[in-house]
Amino acid sequence: MRSLIDILDLDTGEIDALVKTALDIISHPDTYADVCRRKKLATLFFEPSTRTRMSFEAAMYELGGHVISMTDGASSSASKGESVADTAKIVSCYADIIAMRHPKEGAALVAAKNATVPVVNAGDGGHCHPTQTLADLLTIWRGFGRFSNLTVGLCGDLKFGRTVHSLIGALSRYQGIKFILISPEELRLPGYVRGDVLDKCGIPYTETKSLEDALPELDILYMTRVQRERFFNEEDYVRLKDSYVLTPEKLAGAKGDMAVLHPLPRVNEISVSVDRDPRAKYFEQAANGKYMRMALIMMLLGLTV
Amino acid sequence: MNVDSIRNGIVIDHITSGRGMRLFELLGLGGETAPVAIMLGVASRKMGKKDIIKIDADISVDVDVIGFVDPGATVNVIKDGKLIEKKTIGKPERLTNVIKCKNPRCITSCEQELDHVFRLTERGEYRCVYCDTKASPN
Ligand SMILES: [Zn+2]
Repeated sequence: MRSLIDILDLDTGEIDALVKTALDIISHPDTYADVCRRKKLATLFFEPSTRTRMSFEAAMYELGGHVISMTDGASSSASKGESVADTAKIVSCYADIIAMRHPKEGAALVAAKNATVPVVNAGDGGHCHPTQTLADLLTIWRGFGRFSNLTVGLCGDLKFGRTVHSLIGALSRYQGIKFILISPEELRLPGYVRGDVLDKCGIPYTETKSLEDALPELDILYMTRVQRERFFNEEDYVRLKDSYVLTPEKLAGAKGDMAVLHPLPRVNEISVSVDRDPRAKYFEQAANGKYMRMALIMMLLGLTV
Repeated sequence: MNVDSIRNGIVIDHITSGRGMRLFELLGLGGETAPVAIMLGVASRKMGKKDIIKIDADISVDVDVIGFVDPGATVNVIKDGKLIEKKTIGKPERLTNVIKCKNPRCITSCEQELDHVFRLTERGEYRCVYCDTKASPN
């Protein structure tokens, strides 16, 4: 019995297998329509994330399975003081697989240690969100057909952005990857990610404050939200916020086949007028998340077609 | 208790000068479990200065704690006035309930019954197995 807590729990061979399954699901959805027949997914969301929950639920339904959920947080067992460990044990009696979101870091690991069915981390605070990274990876694969020899620009909040850290970890296992880290000084990539991941894997990277300067080099631009609450003062926020907004004018300087990714939701960091550009892949990325969750559910349940 | 000679007990020697008190506290020797002597800033040929902890009772200590605080410290086990075992601990792979995770967003901060577990990383640091927060040195 296996769980997915951190994207690095999957080796590159397993990532390849998930991508292969997801691509086959996209081409032949009918083949997969009954693969999870009579199987139940429990979605345990201790904090709201409607989009992620719906993606998991849609994934299970499209595999022919069923979904059971905790309803609103107020009536849940958590509000009565039940531990994550106990909840995981009990829900294991009802479901074949659990997708769990929790505001505390490490909650999914506690669940996985206590559950008797696979647990998928659907976000544990600011720590990990591996199925988002799976969505990112499938989007990259569909755009380029490879995970190697890519120049990847990461833009915005690189300090607190867990999706950024996970993507860096996942891509650092491939050859020929180069990162361009685009952020204000206040939101630079933390030293431990630079040291433990980039330097350790010998991955070249440059840091810059300018999105425009970086754009012409990029194969992939991964945008994230710069949140007001990350800044000490309003002036700094106002000064910086527009420099990390992607507009059609800025995009003019980018490669014709560059892919723009964003974990969504966006606020204003990608202008709506960019949506029409064929390089905008963030809505496809949301769809890809569902396909990768389907592939993952199959893998963790040991199901094949 | 005679500080110089112990008949049955443990002498933790070669503690890096300045770490003796911390080790004493983390080992929970402050209670009345056993007579304990702490010697701080003892002259040492090899180390210049070192700290020593002598425990004058046949009790067991958590060697992981010693390895965490000072992997270079040596543990001497004394029985009937004779040195029967002398070992260096080194850094343990895992620390269970030795230190607490201080990350307020960590699951251990709100679920009291969970063990606080840290793993040794390749860089020789300790990180919480739940949230990956680095253990602070003191
Ligand atoms: Zn922790």
